[in-house]
Amino acid sequence: MDFEKLHREESGRILATLIRLLGDFDLAEEMLQEAYAIALQKWPSDGTPANPRAWLISTARHKAIDRLRRDQRFERKSEEIAKTADIAARPEGDREEEMFADDRLRLIFTCCHPSLPVEARVALTLRTVCGITTEEISRAFLVPLATMAQRLVRAKGKIREAGIPYRVPLPEELRDRLDGVLLVVYLIFNEGYLASSGDALIRRELCAEAIRLGRVLCDLLPKQTEAQALLGLMLLQDSRRDARVSAEGELVLLEEQDRNLWHGEQIQEGTELVESALRRGAAGAYALQASIAALHANARTAKEADWPQIAALYDALLRTHASPVIEVNRAVAVAMARSLEEGLALLDELEKREELEEFHLLPAARADLLRRLGRMGEAANAYRRALSLATNDIERRFLRRRLAELEKLRDSRS
Amino acid sequence: MEYLLLIYHSEAGWGKVSPGDEAAIYREYGQLREELSGKGKFLGGSQLMPTTMATTVRVRDGKRVVTDGPFAETKEQLGGYFLVNATDLDEAIAIAARIPSARNGTIEVRPLAVRGQARQA
Repeated sequence: MDFEKLHREESGRILATLIRLLGDFDLAEEMLQEAYAIALQKWPSDGTPANPRAWLISTARHKAIDRLRRDQRFERKSEEIAKTADIAARPEGDREEEMFADDRLRLIFTCCHPSLPVEARVALTLRTVCGITTEEISRAFLVPLATMAQRLVRAKGKIREAGIPYRVPLPEELRDRLDGVLLVVYLIFNEGYLASSGDALIRRELCAEAIRLGRVLCDLLPKQTEAQALLGLMLLQDSRRDARVSAEGELVLLEEQDRNLWHGEQIQEGTELVESALRRGAAGAYALQASIAALHANARTAKEADWPQIAALYDALLRTHASPVIEVNRAVAVAMARSLEEGLALLDELEKREELEEFHLLPAARADLLRRLGRMGEAANAYRRALSLATNDIERRFLRRRLAELEKLRDSRS
Repeated sequence: MEYLLLIYHSEAGWGKVSPGDEAAIYREYGQLREELSGKGKFLGGSQLMPTTMATTVRVRDGKRVVTDGPFAETKEQLGGYFLVNATDLDEAIAIAARIPSARNGTIEVRPLAVRGQARQA
């Protein structure tokens, strides 16, 4: 019996069921730890039970009843739990899988409830649904351990005191609530994918967890095409993980990436998911972004990508989900699809907008188009401007490198 | 659980509502109250007089300090409240979303504290 593996793969599910049975996050977590400790003692000599999951749940549940009975304040509660017959904890066969699936979905929706602050939703989902330790989460988000622990305590406190229910939202609420869940999953993914610093190993794990969560949602809610599109988007982005940072830890732009390092099987799965989501009517932000990612992923070179189509998709995104990043990306797509000048003109327009003044990607994109147009002096100025605004270390190194290249070019000409 | 639904709206905006619209909004409020009462979910509630009618009271060092106006100047003002009985936060949110003022104002949903409970939060 591989205990570590069981712990890793089953904890999230077992915890989800225990929280329903015990009605309390902390109690469920503690009792599960106790059940594991007992298993660790007993199983080597008594043999592993036929259904380790059910054994752990039933043991944790009995421990909880014992614990609550010892404390008079909880007399009523312990009786309540004792009354929910063992049947609720140990169904048979198919019913068992169904129960675990329902509990898992309940847990996800509760952890991602919109009345919790976003960073608490992310932390709580990683801690409870994914079973990542508080310590690991605090390292991944570069937050002191005590702060992260406090964040989790507060979130669990609010679930209890504000009466956040432990259930899957009603059909009429599902769409809105699912958007909130998908956002949390994508935030987890991006934290792993885009973070500038922090432990590379943990960041890798965040991406893997986000993809795993995406798969769980697709399995549990097969009719929700946006969930499918999000999973596709994450797989397509993640397929480039080995190519987007060089051996020296430098950022490599999409067009300069070694496409042999992209993971083909992920691209294929991601593309199939997106296509299926689109066929079934998905047209939300994840579907559009995933379509763009699929066009990039399936092009042999950056030039060969279907840029007119990419520009059109950014247009559509802009109509429903306007953001500075999308504005800039659209201008770049136009530059590639039609002409560099046309793209540059769009970026110049954006520069006039006050709210984009501090946005480093805008001068960085301008610098790149100016460089391609051979306007090296202006390009250098734009790189300097971008450098003065960028805060991410990897991006700053990249901008500095580009600027140095331009300066070298100028020196060799003069 | 009991929840207090605090209804915030713009008093300035409310002043500009036409008499016909105002009557329609009061009718909608009345219907919602009746429906909730019928299910035993409505525990109380009322519209409040505007903040120009408000008085703020503090006692400092045993001395009573009484001033005019509301506690805080904000864009939206507390204009009324519902006290409801709901199974959980989601039901309270669903009720809050049906309050007519939710469409142009803001409803704050606050669970009532059971004695001793609020301190640990």
